[in-house]
Amino acid sequence: MKSRWKRVLMLLLFSLTGTAGLYASDAIPIDSGATAWMLTSTALVLLMVPGLAMFYGGLVRSKNVLGTIMHSFVAMGIISVLWVAVGYSMAFGKNVLGGIIGWNSDYFFLKGIDTNILDAGIPEYVFSMFQGKFAIITPALIAGAFAERVSFKAYCLFITLWSLLVYNPLCHWVWASDGFLFNLGAKGAIDFAGGTVVHISAGVSGLVAALFLGSRRGYPYQVIRPNNLVITMLGAGLLWVGWFGFNAGSSISSGLSTAQALTATQVAAAAGALAWVIIEGLHQGKATALGFASGILAGLVAVTPAAGVVQPYGAMIIGILASLICYMAIQTKNKLGYDDSLDAFGIHGIGGIVGAIFLTFFIRKSWMADAAAATGGSWTMWNQLGIQAVAVLIAILFAGGMTFVIIWVLNKFVKFRSSEDEEMAGLDRTYHGERGYGMLNPS
Amino acid sequence: MKLITAIIREVQLDKVREALIEAEITRITVSRVSGHGQQRIEEMYRGQRIIPDLIPKIKIEIAVNEAFVDITIDAILKSAKTNGTEGVVGDGKIFITPLEECIRIRTGERGGKAI
Repeated sequence: MKSRWKRVLMLLLFSLTGTAGLYASDAIPIDSGATAWMLTSTALVLLMVPGLAMFYGGLVRSKNVLGTIMHSFVAMGIISVLWVAVGYSMAFGKNVLGGIIGWNSDYFFLKGIDTNILDAGIPEYVFSMFQGKFAIITPALIAGAFAERVSFKAYCLFITLWSLLVYNPLCHWVWASDGFLFNLGAKGAIDFAGGTVVHISAGVSGLVAALFLGSRRGYPYQVIRPNNLVITMLGAGLLWVGWFGFNAGSSISSGLSTAQALTATQVAAAAGALAWVIIEGLHQGKATALGFASGILAGLVAVTPAAGVVQPYGAMIIGILASLICYMAIQTKNKLGYDDSLDAFGIHGIGGIVGAIFLTFFIRKSWMADAAAATGGSWTMWNQLGIQAVAVLIAILFAGGMTFVIIWVLNKFVKFRSSEDEEMAGLDRTYHGERGYGMLNPS
Repeated sequence: MKLITAIIREVQLDKVREALIEAEITRITVSRVSGHGQQRIEEMYRGQRIIPDLIPKIKIEIAVNEAFVDITIDAILKSAKTNGTEGVVGDGKIFITPLEECIRIRTGERGGKAI
C-alpha cells in the first residue's frame, strides 16, 4: 500500500506542474468501488469526532460537559474551513521552504481540483476531504489533556495555530510524496494511518499543554469524577466503528490492502480491550467499563501506524502491548501528579509510540522484500526500527516544541487558562451560557 | 443539636466545601435544587436571552452539635459570598432548625455522639 500511496501522491505532484487541468479532464476513469469506499470512510472518520466528543464529554464533571463536547465540535468548524483554504495545500502541495511545508496554489481553496481524478480512480475532492477529517480530529484529541480549565476563545485560537504550524508540516513530512519522512530509508517511515501525525503529535502536544497550564483546581486531592460514563462508552463505540474508516480508508483503495487494514484494526482493538480489563482485574480486582473503553482506544491507536503492514497475530500483540504500556503510563502519571485530565498523552501519545516502534517486529515479509529491492541490497528489521525511531523522535520533538511556543506566545495575548472563578463555575456557564443537564446532582 | 440548611449558588459549592473541610465539618449532604428568590439570571437559547423562572441552586444540609453551629455558619458566610466580602443578590440563605434526634443506623447510637 505504500506503493499505492506513492502513486496517489505522484499524481498530486503532477498536478503541481501546471498541467493539472489537462491531466484531469481526460483518461483516468473513476473507480466507483474505490470511490464509494472512500466516501464511506470519509463519513466514518467524521463520525469519530462526535464519538470523541461523547467519550471526553462523559468523563468530565457535569458543569463542563458542553464545553468539553464543544472542544471537539468546534474543531469540525474551524479545521474544515482552514483545511479547504490552506491546509490541503500546506500538507499535500510540493516542497517549499526546503521541505518544511508544502504549497500548491491549485489547492488554495481547492479551486484547481474541481475535475481532478486521482490515479487511484477517486476524485481528488474525496481524498482531500478524507484527509481533512484527520486534520479535524487531531487537535480535538489534544483537548483531553487540558479538559475543564481552558478559555474557549483561547482554545479556538490554539487549534487554529496548532493545525497550521504543527499538523500541516508533520502531515506533509510523513504523507506527501516528497515529504522527507516519507522517503526516509528504504520505503519510508511506516505510518499507515496516523500514528505519528495524529496520535503522537496530539498526545505529546497535550502533555506539554497540560504541564504549561497546570492542574485543575483541587487536583489531585479533590476527587474529580466522570459525570456520565454511559455517553463515554457510546463514544468509545463510535470511535471503534469510525476507526474502520480511519485505518481501512487509509489504503486509498477498495481492495486487498483495505481488507488487511480492516482486519488488523478489529483484532488490535479487541485484544487491547481484553488485555486492559485483565490487567486491571489482576491489579485492582475490578474490570471497569472505562478500562474496557481505554483498552479499545489503546489498541486502536497503536494499530493505526501498523494496520497496513502487520498480519492479525502482529496486530493482536501490538494491541496487548499498547494496553499494558498505556496502563503503566497512567499509573505513573498518577504517581507523578501532573494533570493530563483525560489521558490524551497516556493513551494517544504512549499508544502511538508503542505502535510506531513495535510494528517493526511484525512487518509482512512481502513488504520487507519490497524494501530490500528498493535499496538494491538487504533491508532488515533493525534498519527499519532505526527509521521508525527517527520518525517518532522527530514527531515528539517537533510537536512538543512547537506546542510550547504556540501556547507561550498565545498566552501573552489571550489568557489560555480559565480564572479560578470561571473554572469553578464551569466551562458551560462561563463560555457558553448554557447547561448540559437539567437537574443532575453535582459531582 | 441543630440542622443547618444552606441554599447557595452552584458556583460557590467548591469554595464552601473547602471552607467547611477547613473548619473540620465533613459530614454534609449536598443536593441540587431550584427555587425563586430576589435574583434573576440569564441563560442563552439560540441567540435569545432567557430568564428562567426557577433558578438552580445548591442545598447543603449539615447536622451539628451546638458547639459547632457558629463555626459552621462562619465558614459558610465567608465562602458563599460572591466577590469575597461584598456579596451580590442571589448568594443564598442559611436556615437553622432545632434537631430533635439523630440516630446512626449502623449502631443505633442516639443524640450528639451519632452526629
